[in-house]
Amino acid sequence: MTTATFTGKAEQPTRGAQASYLTAEGFTLRSWLLTKDHKRIAILYTISITLFFFVGGAAATLIRFNLVTPPGLFQPDTYNRLFTMHGIVMVWFFLIPSIPTTMGNFLIPLMIGAKDLAFPRLNLLSWYLFVIAGVLGLVAIFAGGVDTGWTFYTPFSTMYSNGYVVLALAAVFVSGFSSILTGLNFIVSIHRLRAPGLTWYRLPVFCWSNYATALILVLATPILAITLALVAVERLLKVGIFDPALGGDPLLFQHLFWFYSHPAVYIMILPGFGVISEIVPCFARKPLFGYKFVVWSSIAIAGIGFFVWAHHMFVAGISLYAGLVFSLLSYIIAVPSAIKVFNWTATLHKGWISFDAPMLYALGFIGLFTIGGLTGLFVANLAFDVHATDTYFVVAHFHYIMVGGMVSAYFGGLHYWWPKITGRLYPEWWARIAAILIFFGFNLTFFPQFILGYLGMQRRYASYPPEFQIWNVLSSAGASILAVGYALPLFYLGWSLWRGKKAGPNPWAATGLEWRTPSPPPPHNFDVTPTVTRPPYQYRPDPEPQDV
Amino acid sequence: MRGADAGLGRPPRALVLTWLALLGLVALTLGLAYVPLGRMGIVVALAIAAVKAGLVVTLFMKLFRGPVLARVAAGAGLFWLAILFSLAATDYLARNDAATGNFSLPTGREGSR
Amino acid sequence: MSEAPLDQVHLEPQYATARQQAETAALGMWVFLATEVLFFGGMLFAYTYLRATFPEGFAEAARETHVVIGTINTVVLLTSSFTMAWAVHAAEHDRRRATALLLAATALLGLLFLGLKGLEYYKEWQEGVVPGLNFHKDGPNAHVAAMFYYLYFMLTGVHGVHVTIGIGLVALMAVRAWRGGFSARYFTPVEVTGLYWHFVDLVWIFLYPLIYLAGRSGP
Ligand SMILES: [Cu+2]
Repeated sequence: MTTATFTGKAEQPTRGAQASYLTAEGFTLRSWLLTKDHKRIAILYTISITLFFFVGGAAATLIRFNLVTPPGLFQPDTYNRLFTMHGIVMVWFFLIPSIPTTMGNFLIPLMIGAKDLAFPRLNLLSWYLFVIAGVLGLVAIFAGGVDTGWTFYTPFSTMYSNGYVVLALAAVFVSGFSSILTGLNFIVSIHRLRAPGLTWYRLPVFCWSNYATALILVLATPILAITLALVAVERLLKVGIFDPALGGDPLLFQHLFWFYSHPAVYIMILPGFGVISEIVPCFARKPLFGYKFVVWSSIAIAGIGFFVWAHHMFVAGISLYAGLVFSLLSYIIAVPSAIKVFNWTATLHKGWISFDAPMLYALGFIGLFTIGGLTGLFVANLAFDVHATDTYFVVAHFHYIMVGGMVSAYFGGLHYWWPKITGRLYPEWWARIAAILIFFGFNLTFFPQFILGYLGMQRRYASYPPEFQIWNVLSSAGASILAVGYALPLFYLGWSLWRGKKAGPNPWAATGLEWRTPSPPPPHNFDVTPTVTRPPYQYRPDPEPQDV
Repeated sequence: MRGADAGLGRPPRALVLTWLALLGLVALTLGLAYVPLGRMGIVVALAIAAVKAGLVVTLFMKLFRGPVLARVAAGAGLFWLAILFSLAATDYLARNDAATGNFSLPTGREGSR
Repeated sequence: MSEAPLDQVHLEPQYATARQQAETAALGMWVFLATEVLFFGGMLFAYTYLRATFPEGFAEAARETHVVIGTINTVVLLTSSFTMAWAVHAAEHDRRRATALLLAATALLGLLFLGLKGLEYYKEWQEGVVPGLNFHKDGPNAHVAAMFYYLYFMLTGVHGVHVTIGIGLVALMAVRAWRGGFSARYFTPVEVTGLYWHFVDLVWIFLYPLIYLAGRSGP
């Protein structure tokens, strides 16, 4: 539709013949902090969220450490601050930005054959907002922490909590604007900057998934921002609309909060779907089965995701009628998710599968996401949810999606595109060991939590009845394995930056425009704007990528 | 061409008419606010506001002369707001439902979890 | 004094043509405005719910708002939208001085709006209807009045922040226009700033009846 306007722009004179984005602007800190190159901004984001991943991970480690013995090792107040810190950091400073701001920023312009995102300065601004938010968050943590849980439920957060709530709210508020600007940039770029011939149905699923994610970022985040602002003012001035003592309604807060936070679950998984949809065809050497279904199920998830939020409030005092409506709608959203799992499985069928590290992560993703999704149906059920609300069943359910799903997809994508991003190959055997450790460590950590939740262990308590100890010890043991699995890539990927073999433009013999340019790519991605003539994932009959 | 750039020139007629219409609607809605219309009062006031908004969007922002995507974006903002209002209404409008005995407009009993 | 036309000077490498760049900028602003709808929408939802729950208390509190200042401000803001639209028209027709003057007028009207709003806030402070800081109302509906005024200050406060940002942007555009920064081929920044300014006006169009007119003729 927009391709007609993409003709006749003369190429800029190239600076150095072989300069990549890593070298072309020089090596100074200034050249990085003032860059407008989407690839460099992606690297800045990667460094930032890796830091937060380990901050949130440290909190998780301490949580599992505490729960090894029934009385708990920490004071309850300390424990409350630990799980709050874990939740806030992992949700807003790792999972929400994870794939979109790193691989999304890096790859979307490459995949659509563009020289950059539509608004490069806005892109840099959104990183700075993220950094400001991160600093506010870290100050809140190190000043003494917050004990509200990541959900900031009122009136506890506004009246009774004695942590640094306003600072934490400010951190999330600012990070929200960072998210909005990233989403806006993606939507506009994918609409307006596609290369000639790159029609919507030739667009890689990764772009579609990030587009769907961007819709949610743009339409849900502002509600969160304003709600948290209202909470902050209510806390500061002791006047407001959420506290029943003032005449307000705490359910009003919950409606607004979950109007954002349920769709936010899809912010945290849709980009993962995109990564898996790239990896599976490449390592099965087959076109993605049911491309259009995969694409439209992403859009459907982004849309329907806004219709189910009150399933988080079944026992909070909402009307029974609303409970029925939201329970039913929550079932519906399982359909597009299931379509995706079917399509990935069908893509594997009769494929020439090779088990490189990205594929191991992808296969792990499919299994873990399926478990997480199916248990999601359990808790969408009104009657079962009354039993499971606020138990470890729910904790296990969403960790299967967020960690088993999204974090696996993040690592899978990181390995898959590592040669493109850095120009170096990572050590394959180490990567496979890490992938396998993560898969087993994850299951050992979180499967026992399903059982604990079913048996009735409540979340967010520092101590528990002694009969639950065996499952908690298993879970903590799994967490240690998981920690090793997550730390390993830091070492071997770091090593590969200097010692890894040169990758060449297309080490996986993959399709997609990002593989048609050198690794690492030149500053403006393509010397000649590419033209697209075929649908994506044409791995058969000829597995070689088509030339420009 | 720079020579034509003297003074403000005359404003386009469509813009002037829009401005006058907006001012007229302000007068109308202000007057109607003092007429006892009961619960319809706010409906009328918001309907007039919607007309004013329609004028601004159409004639000042030229939404319908721009690309289709701009209309989609504007529509999406309103549609998503409608989702919030309508689905939350399934809770708030049914909260007094005698059949469920679930009477709980803010009383403080809900508390926090 | 540069050789190349302005739209080529400002053309960024990711765009093929100046027209593509201009349309993309406008689209970006529209997407941002969709975000803004939801940003204000959260508070409007809270307003709707509380008003439906406490109709008398809300009407009672809303009756005491300063309808004269509110109405004058409505006229001021609508007029500023008119001068803004006129400025975009002038820019389109390469009338640079007119563009600059009309943008300056828009910014001044915005300042007038803020000034009147400040006067209103001052009066409300003296009346003691600022919840949390200076609130002296009693009676059975005092807590409802507190919630009304809380939402009133949040809504108009957030709107005021938007007006302030808008004034800054419009003033910047006025300076750029005066210095010959735009031409008939390149006036995208003026156009996009205009969209933002009109949106700020749109929000006020809805706040006006919700704050000042609701409950004038009884509950
Ligand atoms: Cu949910």
